[in-house]
Amino acid sequence: MSSDSEKPTDAKPEEKPAATKPVVKKPEETPVELPAFEKGISDKIVEKFGDKVEVAFVKEDRVGINVSKENVHDVAEFIRDGLNYDHVESVSGVDYPLEQEIAVVYHIGSYSDPSLARQILVLSTRAQREENPIPGHDATKLPTLRDIFYSVEFHEREVFEMSGVYFEGHPDNRRLLLPEDWADLPPLRKDFAIKGR
Amino acid sequence: MTTELPTDITSAAIHMDKPSSSWLPPGLALQKVDERIMTLNVGPQHPGSGHMRLIVQIDGDYIVACDPDPGYVHRGEEKMAEYRNYITNVPHLERPVIHDSCNVLYPYVLGVEELLGIEVPERAQYVRVIAAELNRCIYIMYWLAIYGIFLGHSTMFMWPAGDRELLIDLMEKMTGARVTHAHFIPGGVRNDLPPNFEGVCLRQVNYFEKRIKEYAAVFYDNPILISRTQDTGVLSRQDAIRLGTTGSVLRASGVDFDLRKKEPYDVYDELDIHTNVMTAGDAYARSKIPWLDMMESCKIIRQALQKMPKSGSVRVKLKPNPKGKGLDTVYKRVESGRGSLGYYIVSNGKPEPYRLKMSVPSFRNLIALPYLLKGEKLGNMPSVYWSLNYWPVEADR
Amino acid sequence: MLKDLVTPENANVFVGKLGDTLEKAIGKPLGYAINWGRIWSLWPVHIETACCSVEFGAASSPRYDVERFGIIEAFGSLRQCDLIVVQGTITRKMAPRLRLVYDQMPEPKYVIAMGACAITGGLYFDSYNVLPGIDGVIPVDVYVPGCPPRPETLIQGCILLQEKIKRMKARMFV
Repeated sequence: MSSDSEKPTDAKPEEKPAATKPVVKKPEETPVELPAFEKGISDKIVEKFGDKVEVAFVKEDRVGINVSKENVHDVAEFIRDGLNYDHVESVSGVDYPLEQEIAVVYHIGSYSDPSLARQILVLSTRAQREENPIPGHDATKLPTLRDIFYSVEFHEREVFEMSGVYFEGHPDNRRLLLPEDWADLPPLRKDFAIKGR
Repeated sequence: MTTELPTDITSAAIHMDKPSSSWLPPGLALQKVDERIMTLNVGPQHPGSGHMRLIVQIDGDYIVACDPDPGYVHRGEEKMAEYRNYITNVPHLERPVIHDSCNVLYPYVLGVEELLGIEVPERAQYVRVIAAELNRCIYIMYWLAIYGIFLGHSTMFMWPAGDRELLIDLMEKMTGARVTHAHFIPGGVRNDLPPNFEGVCLRQVNYFEKRIKEYAAVFYDNPILISRTQDTGVLSRQDAIRLGTTGSVLRASGVDFDLRKKEPYDVYDELDIHTNVMTAGDAYARSKIPWLDMMESCKIIRQALQKMPKSGSVRVKLKPNPKGKGLDTVYKRVESGRGSLGYYIVSNGKPEPYRLKMSVPSFRNLIALPYLLKGEKLGNMPSVYWSLNYWPVEADR
Repeated sequence: MLKDLVTPENANVFVGKLGDTLEKAIGKPLGYAINWGRIWSLWPVHIETACCSVEFGAASSPRYDVERFGIIEAFGSLRQCDLIVVQGTITRKMAPRLRLVYDQMPEPKYVIAMGACAITGGLYFDSYNVLPGIDGVIPVDVYVPGCPPRPETLIQGCILLQEKIKRMKARMFV
């Protein structure tokens, strides 16, 4: 299991040039004054990772960071060690069928740093989406953050069964909430239709 | 118990060689076990489990590993919310915790208000605070009653179960329903307070506070309870943070974190709130924090009744089918009876949310259970399990 | 006189007749007595399936006190129980377990479906993981509507069940 969790870090150096997304800061056209403290947090991340991260939004108490799946492990490690965030509140899979991607959104908070008590850092990464998913055996994979934030353990299990994103390196990718005989699509994908709708 | 967090707490629990390929239920997977180890299924039909199953491995009287198996009440709330518009989601999203229905709706309503850009009248905010605090007490009283049953303390079932009816009466007066109020809606609350509510509420809350203080003599100072819960299931401060627990579990481990104070929503910043923190981190501390919280809630209700504007509108009229403004996300959280409860709403400009995720405290606290039960006696399992302030229906959604 | 009537040849016939007569004479009152005993000691299984268990808990609280109608608080072993109160939604994961619980209970056994979810699926009619009512899993005696039903409604359902048991034919010699 430990070898699996190292994979993303191994893969990182060679993937570096591939992940060149332009930095899109979103102060928008209107000169909206961004909250200073939150701006500081996003600036620190941008300063460290440069092109590899994209600041999605800076709102009051909320900072949104988009990052490719090759870098999510490093960014999360920096968020924990450099910025004092210490736990993950929720992990949600959001399906975007048009873009052929499934976004996995981590909401990261901090208990140990009182100045960050109000803050939530929204770390979003995207996995490739398959038309005919075989959960766990297709390209819909992401590196796990369990070795960084221990609290994602059950959340990532839930995302795996609900959205079909397999977390490489997670020691326990078993089913959690759905019935044992579930053989349908992961229910939170948009192409899974519910009765009568 | 060591403070060092084991790298893999479920290693002794059941593992499959190939993850995800074979969907055997956890208890049925073939496994290599020690002859001394016995696997025990606790639940879903068990007086000490509630609506979930705990797969416990015991060596003699001691628990070696515990593997929680939730999902018996998984009703697909998040999926169904994608097919309902923002207003019709209201009665639907309070069902996970019907006895804390105001608090479980609160972040959703706040989030939708942020998406739609609505300002809520001040009186409505105060009404919300009062309803949320009353609901918190109703929830904790039910929790306490069940904790009494779990410990074999029948008086502690009867007293809270009877006393919570006082507050349920108040909520019934206010909203018209016993438990499923659907009172909070985007834009305010559904109805104004009934006439003479303030006086009745003050009287009931004062009596209620006097009444819950008596619980100390029969329950919290009871030597049997203390010997059963003290030093069982100790969660250190460091582990409470790393496991991402919340609410009373976190505060019992010595972390001062209450969203009503740290990230005040509505009018909580105008009220004087004291956060109860204990440092022991054992089941006793975890069971005492909610009780202290109830007294705090009584104080908040009295303050809110005093500061509330005596008249005014309690809701903003919305358009029939409100829509968000284009692609937008919002994450709102409140302090519910069990801890911080958040909603992540993704809107794409349609009347229905594109994706709605409930980040529920019960689910977040569940991760601590295998860790706490390791090395405990089997007899301590119910007291540790229910002290996590866990409500299975909410965890499963 | 009896000696004249009963001969070795017709002894069997006589005993059979006597049994028939006896059953005719006391069968009805005995059945009534058995049913009477059953209706005042209904033991529900401790199985919670969804959020209606909150109102079930409230029904055994001091204010509503369902015990005065002979519905004893949900404690003890499954093998001593004769009533299932299905407290709300049955999911696909729970349904086999519910059936298992039902099958393990001794006869006679009764089922109360509590709440809209247990009757038709209720609010979760279009959910992917919820059964549209529990009739497909276990036979139901009494339906108690509501979402959730108030404790009074549950108590009324219990009284209805008692009425029903009173009119049932008691199976004395199972």
